[in-house]
Order: sequence, then C-alpha cells, then structure tokens
Amino acid sequence: MQNALLSVENITVSFDGFNALDGISLRLMPTSIRVLIGPNGAGKSTLLDTVIGNVRPTKGRIVFRGEDITELNEYKIVRRGICRKFQAPGILENLSVLDNLSLAARPRRESWRSFGVGIDSSVRARVERVLERIGLEEKRHTMAGQLSHGQKQWLEIGMVVSSHADLLLLDEPAAGMSLDESAQTAELIRSLASDHSFLVIDHDMTFVEQLSAPVSVMHMGRMLKEGTLEEIQRDPQVIAVYLGREKEEAVA
Amino acid sequence: MKKWLRPALDLALLAALVAAPLYLSAYHLSLLGRFLAMAILSLGLCLVWGWSGVLSLGQGVFWGLGAYVLVMHLKLVGLQPGDMPDFMLWSGLDHTPGWWTLFRHPAVALAGVLIVPTVAAAGLAWLVFNRRVGGIYFALITQALALAFATLLISEQAYTGGFNGLTDFTTVLGHYIVDPSFQRALYWITVGALAAAFLFCRWMGKTNFGKVLLAIRDGESRIRFLGYNPAGYKTIAFAIGGAFAGISGALYVLHVGVISPAMVGVMPSIEMVVAVAVGGRSSFTGVILGTLLVNFGKDWISSAMPEMWQLSIGLLFILVVTLLPKGLAGIPELGRQITERIRRRTARRGVEPEVLAITQKN
Ligand SMILES: Nc1ncnc2c1ncn2[C@@H]1O[C@H](COP(=O)(O)OP(=O)(O)OP(=O)(O)O)[C@@H](O)[C@H]1O
Ligand SMILES: [Mg+2]
Repeated sequence: MQNALLSVENITVSFDGFNALDGISLRLMPTSIRVLIGPNGAGKSTLLDTVIGNVRPTKGRIVFRGEDITELNEYKIVRRGICRKFQAPGILENLSVLDNLSLAARPRRESWRSFGVGIDSSVRARVERVLERIGLEEKRHTMAGQLSHGQKQWLEIGMVVSSHADLLLLDEPAAGMSLDESAQTAELIRSLASDHSFLVIDHDMTFVEQLSAPVSVMHMGRMLKEGTLEEIQRDPQVIAVYLGREKEEAVA
Repeated sequence: MKKWLRPALDLALLAALVAAPLYLSAYHLSLLGRFLAMAILSLGLCLVWGWSGVLSLGQGVFWGLGAYVLVMHLKLVGLQPGDMPDFMLWSGLDHTPGWWTLFRHPAVALAGVLIVPTVAAAGLAWLVFNRRVGGIYFALITQALALAFATLLISEQAYTGGFNGLTDFTTVLGHYIVDPSFQRALYWITVGALAAAFLFCRWMGKTNFGKVLLAIRDGESRIRFLGYNPAGYKTIAFAIGGAFAGISGALYVLHVGVISPAMVGVMPSIEMVVAVAVGGRSSFTGVILGTLLVNFGKDWISSAMPEMWQLSIGLLFILVVTLLPKGLAGIPELGRQITERIRRRTARRGVEPEVLAITQKN
C-alpha cells in the first residue's frame, strides 16, 4: 500500500465536554483531492483546525509524511508543508497583492532572516506563476483590502498555493462566489492538484461535482460515508442527515 | 499625496531642525533638544505599537534604564580618585558596588546605554509573547513593570539616589555640560540620532520584516498559518523599541541634568503613548511631530496652569482617539474624505454638471 501523505488517526476534540470530533480517521494520498461535506456543525472546520495545530485533540494522533505532528506549533506544522485557507478570507488587507503572495512564498520565515528589502528572484518567479494562475496579474499592486470578494478568495488560495506546502486545506473556497467564479475556482484547484494534495470543504454540490474527486461525509464529529459523489448521493443515510435537508431547503 | 512630497516634507523638517540654533533662544533650543530626544523613543513606540500592534505602557522603564546607566557613568567620572558618590556615603555604604563602577569607562557606559534596555525589553517580550500573552494583558504587564521599576528605584536609595534620583554631574567626556558650545553640539547630536533612528525605521518599513510586522498587527493568526512565528518578530520589534527608548533617555538626561523615579514611572509612560497617538501611531513623521506638539503643549500648560496638565492630556487622548484615530498623520486623508463628501453632496443635488466633470477629472 502506498504511504499516506496525511493520516488522521482516531482524533477526538472536545469543547467543554462536547465532542466536536469523535474518534474520526482519514487518510490522504499524495497529489489527490478529497472533498469533505456534511451538515453545519458536523466538525469539518474543526478537523482542519486540528490538522493545522490550531485546536488540540484530546485523543488520537495526526501523522504527516510519516511524522507525528499532533503536538507541534502551528507555524512549525506549516513549515513542514501544510497550509490552510480559512472560512472567512484571511488575507492581509493593508499589504498589496504582491506582498501578500510573497510573504506566503518566502522559504525563510524566521524573524532574524527577514531583514532583506525587496523580493528574491526565486520567490518572485513563484509569485508570478501564482498570479497568473489565480488571474490577478493586473492587480498585483492593489491593496488586498480593495479586491472584490471573489478576488480575495482567489488571492488566499494563491497564498496557500505559494507557501511551499504540499497539502492544502481549503475551507469553503467557493463560498459567496458567482457560478462562473466558482467553476473557475474548481478548475484552478484541479489544475493545481497535479503537484499538490487538497482537502476541500464545501456545501455547494455543483462545485463539489466540478472537483470530480472522492467525497467524505461527516456527521456529528464522525465519518459517515466515503465514496464517489454518485455513491454518496444515493446513500440513504447521507440523504437523511444532509442532502435531503438541502433539497428540502431548496424546495422551500 | 504626490510621491516626492513626503521626502520633501521630511527634508524640510530636518533642515528646520538643523538650523534651529540660528533662530531659537538658548532656552527654547534646550526644550527642543529634549523633545527631540523623546521623539527617538516615540519612533520605537511607533514600531512596537503602530506597526506590530503591541501597546506598551512601560516604555518609561527602558528609557529610564538608558538614562540611569549614563548618569551612573557621569557620577563616577565626576569623583576624585577614592571618592564615592555623595548619596552612597549618606546611606552608609562603605564602597561603590561593582555594578556601578563597571560603567566608569565611557565605552562600557555607551554600550550599557544600548545593551541594558535592549536586553531587558527582549527578555520581557520573549517570555511573554512565547506564551501567547498579548493585547491588553501585555499592556497591563508593562504598566505593572513601570510601577515596579519606579518603586524599586525609590526603595533602593543607597544605590539609586532614591526619590530624588541622581543629579549634580558636570562633565561629559571632559566637556562642561552647561557650556553653550557643548549644549549646541548636544543639540545637533540629538538631531543626528533622531535622523538616524528615522532612517532606520523607514528602511525597516521596507524590509520583509516590516511587512510581517504589519501583517501581525492586522491578523496575527493569519501570519502564523503562513509559517511565521509572531513571537520572534514581536520580540525583535520590542527590543528595537527598548534600544530607542534607552538612547532617548540617555540623551534626555544630558539635556536636563537630572534623572529621578518620577520621570520613569506610570504617568510618563502613558504620556509617551499619548504623544504617539496624537502624531498617528504608524507614521514615523507623525509621531515625531506628535511628540513635539504634546511636549511643547505640556511645557506651556504646566507653566501657565500646572494643575491642568494631567486633565488636558486625558482630554487630548480622548479627542484624538474619537475624532482623529490616525492622529496628525491622518489629517491629509481626513481632508480628502471631507472634500470627497462635499463633492458627492453637490453631485447629488445635480448642480453644475460641467464643473463637476472638471473636478472629477482632476
Ligand atoms: N472554539 C470552539 N468552542 C466551542 N465549540 C466549538 C468551537 N469551535 C467549534 N465548536 C463547535 O463544534 C461543532 C463543530 O463546528 P465546526 O465549525 O467544525 O462545524 P462545520 O462542520 O465546519 O460547520 P459549518 O458547515 O457551519 O462551517 C459546532 O457545534 C461548533 O459549535
Ligand atoms: Mg466550517
């Protein structure tokens, strides 16, 4: 069996006695996309929080490329090669698009090594490639705070991509986007999956379909079902707790 | 603002400061020199608070460390061989302690002025920021530190001169401090130190380090999730703030000829923060102007109506925070917003469309 890039093993996370994650496990292979869906409060964001070290599990462990990273600080986990996009856009509003990307792309992030002025040529080249991919070449000198919502989301995906991470965790990257924008985002993620792995959370089934990747369904802190989107959509349990409800809402 | 305007204004300010001995009386020149020394501290606070978002209510401590180290040196060089500082004799000490005599050599004293406050600031910051303590808790810790520092200075009278502090020093590197030519030289040294500090800050703002600081201020967790450890950045920024405070304190005592616990405690530390807020906490030019304005204001109010000073500084702080959150540095932007609003209002009334088109083109 191929070695997993990320392996989440029996993780339990408890907030004041309430188990937001309840012994959940998940394995991700290199250069693959995995979609994570589930009703509100299922624990999807909490799972990403735990992988990135923002939330500490009470039980279980997380192994990345064979190394146990459960107890590491966030910034150390990031330097090992995992980067996360938050549900709310987390760009640096008072810096230009270029500065946002180049801060993410710098290989040396220790404070005492940051006294250079300007951007190294290797970082520059990397940033230029990302700018082109996220379609913000024209906006490079714009303050990030002045971008439209969709552009902010792309910029943040760009930041996550330009960080030297191999595993990218995206929390609802297409939220608030128009149909067009969200199709472009799916296309972007698929094109990037040739040399990255993605764990993507989203509620929008059209977007999930466009990603054409295996889907894991979470419910009440547990993994309910894993499979292709078609299998998931036919599964009576999934329909009962999640998809059925979405349909009712759509009808109502 | 046009691109050349800002450096041009900075240069004009520098020229006005360099030439000040030509047009200011000795008294006003000495005041200006003092306040320019304070402005070095403000630049440090600008990096710490304005750029990294770390509010320090204890800059007086680092300022005081720089000042006390220099004054210890000045007291020692004023002694006849074998003598002890007067207040130590009165307190019944039989010899000058080693950590005092260490600073007899001018090079050691100069190094001490830089190193002691820097190390103190770095140590505090490293301890606190690595534990993820920040924001208001850090501000409270620094305020407690200022209180403790002043209290310690008062209680250890035998070593610190106690409540009255240290004074009566006459020469520095063989020059008489009261000599007008020395006073003028001291003034220019202060201007030079301030200009150097200013250029350092400007450079710092352009480095990646400066950009990470801004990012920490605006979203500490975001930058952490890009693989940066904010504690390291904030510690270095705070250490620089400490170094600037120390230099500022050392220059200041040369201008005033005395240092005492009342100058380093809670109230002076708060005044330092108010001066920076008035200037605009993230603008280097702004904090220099703010410091001059607040300190000249203080001088004027405390001689006209001494009891009004604390009240006025409180009022000033409230006014700035509510009406002018970006301080003096925010005035140009505020002006632009107001003209914009007026223009939009005229536009809504639909008057004189041609005039409107012309203004919009400009
Ligand atoms: N810091 C916290 N403290 C207490 N409870 C929390 C905390 N974070 C999350 N929770 C709870 O944990 C549960 C899972 O939340 P989580 O944000 O992971 O859900 P989600 O699957 O991402 O939902 P959504 O689709 O709405 O984003 C929720 O019941 C939430 O209220
Ligand atoms: Mg969520």
